[in-house]
Amino acid sequence: MTRGIRLWLVAAGGAGLAALLVAACLDLPRFGGDRHPYGDRAVRAALARHTANTVASVNFDQRAFDTLGEMTILFAAVLGCVVLLRQTRDEHRARPAPEPVARPVRRYALLVLPVALLTGLYVIAHGQLSPGGGFQGGVVAATALHLLYLGADYRALERVRPIGLYEVGDAIAACAYLVTGLAGLIGGTAFLANTLLPYGTFNTLSSGGTVPLLNAAIGMEVACAVVVLLARFLDQAVEIESLTGIKTPTDKERGK
Amino acid sequence: MTALMHALPYLVAVWVLLIGCYGLATSRNLIHAVGCLSVCQAATYVLLLAVGYRDDATAPVFSDIQPGSRPVVDPVVQALALTDVVVGATVTALLLALVVQVAKRHGTLDPDELSELRG
Amino acid sequence: MADVVIVVALLLVAAAATCAVLVRDPVRQALVLAVLGVVLAVLFTVLQAPDVALSQLAVGSALTPLLLLLTVRKVRRRARQEGRGP
Repeated sequence: MTRGIRLWLVAAGGAGLAALLVAACLDLPRFGGDRHPYGDRAVRAALARHTANTVASVNFDQRAFDTLGEMTILFAAVLGCVVLLRQTRDEHRARPAPEPVARPVRRYALLVLPVALLTGLYVIAHGQLSPGGGFQGGVVAATALHLLYLGADYRALERVRPIGLYEVGDAIAACAYLVTGLAGLIGGTAFLANTLLPYGTFNTLSSGGTVPLLNAAIGMEVACAVVVLLARFLDQAVEIESLTGIKTPTDKERGK
Repeated sequence: MTALMHALPYLVAVWVLLIGCYGLATSRNLIHAVGCLSVCQAATYVLLLAVGYRDDATAPVFSDIQPGSRPVVDPVVQALALTDVVVGATVTALLLALVVQVAKRHGTLDPDELSELRG
Repeated sequence: MADVVIVVALLLVAAAATCAVLVRDPVRQALVLAVLGVVLAVLFTVLQAPDVALSQLAVGSALTPLLLLLTVRKVRRRARQEGRGP
């Protein structure tokens, strides 16, 4: 198929899709309307279980099974990346030489690093009370760790980041989520049902039954997953070189 | 103003989705195509949160307001969008890993050249 | 008043998304995507979704552009290595 025909096809399909979607939009309930049957019920259920952040309650209590699915996608995606970006036989590692970092950059990065890391952990820990939770805090904490790459150099980052440990951590967190779910089953109710622990006092750290546990498991999982992902991509971008690319200059020299 | 507000957020979501699809179809670089895909993803978040919005309501977090004192927006759609933001990023990473593999095997990132290679 | 802010944020999102698609160079696209991430985070905050805004800010403005840039660097480095050959 030539480029011209394909563009015409895209234009025709896009126009049809646009017409249908616009027609659907004009028929949707008014933006900002007052009828939210699911939302109202979710809020009531969250308050009944003493979880101040309704979104966390939906994620880790009312729709915990759905989050298990999301976590599986995340785990599978990370696994796929690790397999795809591994070092193959025709590649080798070239250690990058440490490069001098501008002083203000170093100072700023090393200053922000602990603050950002702490913010990430705080966001994870307070997931069931204030906006935040395992998903957001995990990403913040994991990206914060990589400020070390800006502030110091790649080797310093590698020293505080034994990838194997984070890969194990990822798997353990996934297992912890499952085990918490199974504990509900053993406790006599249902898989991932939030009936195991007392709901606690509203608006305190230990409120919400199993919500904080599942939240922490997701936080660990996401943080480990993002660290592993970034590590693999950094490895490919900075260290791993293909052998064929290195061989050619020597061949050339031999030719001289 | 009000007539416009009834559907504008939905129409913006439609626009973002369509422009992302256009970029995907005309992209000459697989990395650029992955970026366009993340634009398409953003459209779903805009649509979901627009569906859940309620006029004069506040965020569905009760750590600083008395439950029942104010209307809140729909937390269900927020939970859907929230998990997808993070999981979508890891799927983007998987796609980029595939792009790196394509570059290694074929030495090009142009979809047109790639289909010629296969044929 | 809230309506005006929402309309402005929506139009900014539409503009940033259009830019992100029309910029063809992957490096520049990554930067525009970071801007899109920030604008989306603003829109979500205005729509009273601080949870989603927080994750969008972390993912959209930091993680995704970083992954895109690292991929570009890997691919270009490879191309340079092969360019050195005969």
